[in-house]
Amino acid sequence: MLRILRTTLRTGVITEPVSVVDDELVRLGIKVKQVLDARFGGSLALREVDAGSCNGCELEIHALNNPYYDAERFGVHFVASPRHADALLVTGPVSRHMAAALQRTYQATPAPKLVIAAGTCACDGGEFGVTYASCGAVANVIPVDVSIPGCPPTPLALLKGILAAVNRRS
Amino acid sequence: MSRFDWLSEFLARLHDENVLVRRGLAKALAPAHVLVIDPEDWAKAAAIAAEFGCRWAALWGDELGAKYILYMVLEYGGDYLALRARIPTENPVTPSVVPHFACADRMERHIHDLLGLTFSGHPDDRRWTRHQAWPAHRFPLRRDFPVEGESPDPTPPDSDYPFRRVLGGGVYEIPVGPVHAGIIEPGHFRFQAVGEEILQLEERLGYVHKGIEKIAQGRDPSALVRLAGRVSGDSTVAHAWAACQAMERAARCQVPRRALYLRALMAERERVANHLGDIGAICNDVGFAFALYQLSRLKEQWLRRNQQLFKHRLMMDAVLPGGVAVNLDAEQIDALRADHRRLRAELHTPFDIIDDHPSLEDRLVTTGRLPADAARRLGVLGYVGKASGQGFDVRRDNPYPPYDSVPVTVPVYAEGDVAARVRVRMEEITITLGIMDKLLDTLPTGEVQGLWPAVTRACEGLGCVEGWRGEILTYVRLDETGRVMRFFPRDPSWLTWPALEQLILGNIVPDFPVCNKSVNGSYSGHDL
Ligand code: SF4
Repeated sequence: MLRILRTTLRTGVITEPVSVVDDELVRLGIKVKQVLDARFGGSLALREVDAGSCNGCELEIHALNNPYYDAERFGVHFVASPRHADALLVTGPVSRHMAAALQRTYQATPAPKLVIAAGTCACDGGEFGVTYASCGAVANVIPVDVSIPGCPPTPLALLKGILAAVNRRS
Repeated sequence: MSRFDWLSEFLARLHDENVLVRRGLAKALAPAHVLVIDPEDWAKAAAIAAEFGCRWAALWGDELGAKYILYMVLEYGGDYLALRARIPTENPVTPSVVPHFACADRMERHIHDLLGLTFSGHPDDRRWTRHQAWPAHRFPLRRDFPVEGESPDPTPPDSDYPFRRVLGGGVYEIPVGPVHAGIIEPGHFRFQAVGEEILQLEERLGYVHKGIEKIAQGRDPSALVRLAGRVSGDSTVAHAWAACQAMERAARCQVPRRALYLRALMAERERVANHLGDIGAICNDVGFAFALYQLSRLKEQWLRRNQQLFKHRLMMDAVLPGGVAVNLDAEQIDALRADHRRLRAELHTPFDIIDDHPSLEDRLVTTGRLPADAARRLGVLGYVGKASGQGFDVRRDNPYPPYDSVPVTVPVYAEGDVAARVRVRMEEITITLGIMDKLLDTLPTGEVQGLWPAVTRACEGLGCVEGWRGEILTYVRLDETGRVMRFFPRDPSWLTWPALEQLILGNIVPDFPVCNKSVNGSYSGHDL
């Protein structure tokens, strides 16, 4: 136990602090928080749906929660059920085998039901396109509010996209 | 031991059992030795191989002119053997090898669903990769099936898949997925439980089937590597390397040695990044958040270095046919050496703590046990195999350059529980740091990109790479203009997914997440 405390103390808080210069993240985060405070009661509940991704996008979405980005401090947090979600963060080209599940997830999401398509595949089908097995872009299956290109999008790009999404709907 | 010193004995056994070997080809699919046999001997040859002690590794089919070619890859003593048979198109039925190699189950069903070959005597005739995107009598990998599909109609959900039920007093069923509660890939798990205890788990995969084998066809080598790097994003380097290796062997492309060292460096970096993330996540699944935060912090630093030196946080598209897209200067090499030193020092304490923390021990030791004999029977690979007494590692047992000059030690444990899988991965990180130092110390000078030779004849190649999950085997066939005609990447997840169904038995439902994470099969790499 002592060793755990010692390591924790020695590591300190590494979350990119508000005063420092990786400022793009922080400035962005503060903006997100302001919009969320004004329009979403302080926090945005996101439900992530992998609709056919190669899993690269998931790695970067995970990174949003690591101690460097710690998106939760800006009010962005991930929930386990679409019924608790304000927004869906959808990755991948939508595989045909996932199309029905994605639609059902969308139906289960209460208003405002924002949809953010994350990653090049989610934007336009990417490397997989539209085929016998893939519906391509998320917008081909459910309505999309904001698209975040990138293969995969970096955590910073994801945060920008989330900001754009919450800004769009009031 | 020299390569293939067992082959004559194996051939003698085939001969004794009247299996006719029409041809033996040492070079066509090197490092694998090809034996061409008759389709009616397919299962008999498999039975002999199973008895001989071969490990079953891969199976794929290919439509070639007016026939199908079936390939089955086996491994013995680090050597690869590829059995090949030609299946007539009129009645494409082959005896199933599942009675001899249980792990062939899903790959035979996959080939049936995509190419329409039937495996007679297969104990399970349910569909596997196919859900409802195409009908049972149509086969997407056949030439007459258009890549865009045959019906633009929306695909209905696959709601009537006949799961196996366990009957009895107090038995209940828990369906989970395809959309899971966490940030993970989609798939369906069907549990049969009594109280908290799991009596049976059945996996239903195929949800992220993206038609990778079909859309590979017609690509040039660069476009294929881009696709291979997206078979499973967490293994982008390893899959891209395996695809390149297959094509380079097929086209006889000379890759500069420096490029091979840089590929290995990136593959080892990928191993470290994934192990760091997963060890943290496994600990977090049993409520030990300390490890998650410490290790995800170190992983993030690692990814930022990737971005800086390899132009991409996951190093996507850094491996190219004939070479690599990046180079390192002296200053960058020093920075990496310093990173390795720092990581080694920083990992000391968290690894020590994970190793003997009572609450972790309580949750991870004896949880999700896969006994060694089950692991051998299932042909399990990577850290799942190494934690259950199966020490195979391509880098050591069939070394491809640069591992012919950089020795690899392989940690092996017998316990087979979640704790052992964590321990293997911690040790692999330490070993890999040593490998990366060695790669940097002996990094050859020179070019990082070789010339891609003009391909003028049809050719084929096999890539064998040890990704962070274990052995990746990739088959590529090129036509006489150098275009890809067949691509089959066999991710190790094909063999570890069935192991999860076994190792979960008798565990409690709430331990499923940690057991699953300790195996961490790729859905995308499996569903293709
Ligand atoms: S955008 Fe890139 S990383 Fe994301 S799912 Fe598509 S291929 Fe994978």
